[in-house]
Amino acid sequence: MSATESPATPTSQGAATAAANEPGSLRLALTLGFAGLLSGLILVLVYQFTLPIIEANRALALKRAVLQVVPGAVSMQKLGGDGATLAPIGEDEKATVFAAFDDQGAFKGFAITGEGAGFQDTIQLIYGFDPAKKQVVGLRVLESRETPGLGDKIIKDQGFVGQFDDLAVEPTPVVVKAGEGGGAHQVDAITGATISSKAVVKIMNTAHGAWAGKLPPAAALKAPGGAP
Amino acid sequence: MSAGPDMKALDELLKGLWDENPVFVQVLGMCPVLAVTNSAVNALAMGGATFFVLMASSLLVSMVRKWVPKAVRISTFIVIIATFVTVADMLLAAWVPDVHKELGAFISLIVVNCLILGRQEAFASRNPIKPALMDAAGMGLGFTFALFLLGASREVLGNGTFFGIDLFGPQFEPWVVMILPPGGFLMLGMILLFFNWMQAKKQARRAAAEGVA
Repeated sequence: MSATESPATPTSQGAATAAANEPGSLRLALTLGFAGLLSGLILVLVYQFTLPIIEANRALALKRAVLQVVPGAVSMQKLGGDGATLAPIGEDEKATVFAAFDDQGAFKGFAITGEGAGFQDTIQLIYGFDPAKKQVVGLRVLESRETPGLGDKIIKDQGFVGQFDDLAVEPTPVVVKAGEGGGAHQVDAITGATISSKAVVKIMNTAHGAWAGKLPPAAALKAPGGAP
Repeated sequence: MSAGPDMKALDELLKGLWDENPVFVQVLGMCPVLAVTNSAVNALAMGGATFFVLMASSLLVSMVRKWVPKAVRISTFIVIIATFVTVADMLLAAWVPDVHKELGAFISLIVVNCLILGRQEAFASRNPIKPALMDAAGMGLGFTFALFLLGASREVLGNGTFFGIDLFGPQFEPWVVMILPPGGFLMLGMILLFFNWMQAKKQARRAAAEGVA
């Protein structure tokens, strides 16, 4: 404690009376500490209350996204496990890879989630992969905090998102300047959001590198719920 | 005596809606005003979140106003405001996830909306709870009203829809610039023009009345 810096010390003439009313630094610290405590308490309570709802929303959004990125899919099966190839896992377990099936129960493709650093914060995305065509067949960004108006075009710009509807994965997809590509594995960057565009492709490539070798053969997969 | 305080409370409420409207007269909080008013739904959600933060912060600030030392009042207000903004953020994420996604970073940015800190410093910290709440309600509603006016007109002109419902049919060529950032400035400019014109007319009438008297 530095006693010399006590607020009661008069610093200029006429300040003596004002200084007498001035609260000590302990009181200031206590006030802020109490405000922080109260704030923490409120936040914890609201967090506890909203967490299950938010997680349920997320699970629903993820399920919807799986069916969106694999065209024609109506049902899905979570894949996971520690083995060399992924195996079907229970409905309640967390999964990053999904197998998607059409209304006949025929296998349509995999949906794979990935996340990584964007321009502002972590970007989470999901993409559909058709092993027969060796193509990415769709992509959605699940969560991001990219710059509104620029970076968030990775979600809103159909011209950009549409490029992932038929993107070859061999050779590895790359980002090129808008209008300079055109190759089956090339993605045109969004003007003004090059970093976000590159981040999306990089996250997708990383996820693909991690999972592609572990995907089970299509013949080994069955639609859930005993669909015909 | 019975009508006095009630009239005053009503005045606190009404001044925020019209005479001291935070957007059209005070021109405060322009960041969310321009950024999220590209549709009526977004504007309402943003207005609602701001209203909630304003009410809750004003209540708390007014309650603790006698115990908070002057030296740390701004920091205390900001802690209070930030708390309620985070609460609003979590509640929106839980109840309306699509709108929450659409508004994105702008919800957290309510913390730095000068309208809110301004009301705490200028009003809630100097007044008892009831007028503080009335003031907050007026300002919050005025802000929401302004956002909605902008959001609705921009959505109708720029997208041909109102709350997502198609208004004009397929022949309508939307004036896309209106939902883009420049459209926000254009629309705000036009509305400010209207408000200033009204204000000038009111003053002229008052001046004329005084001249006659």
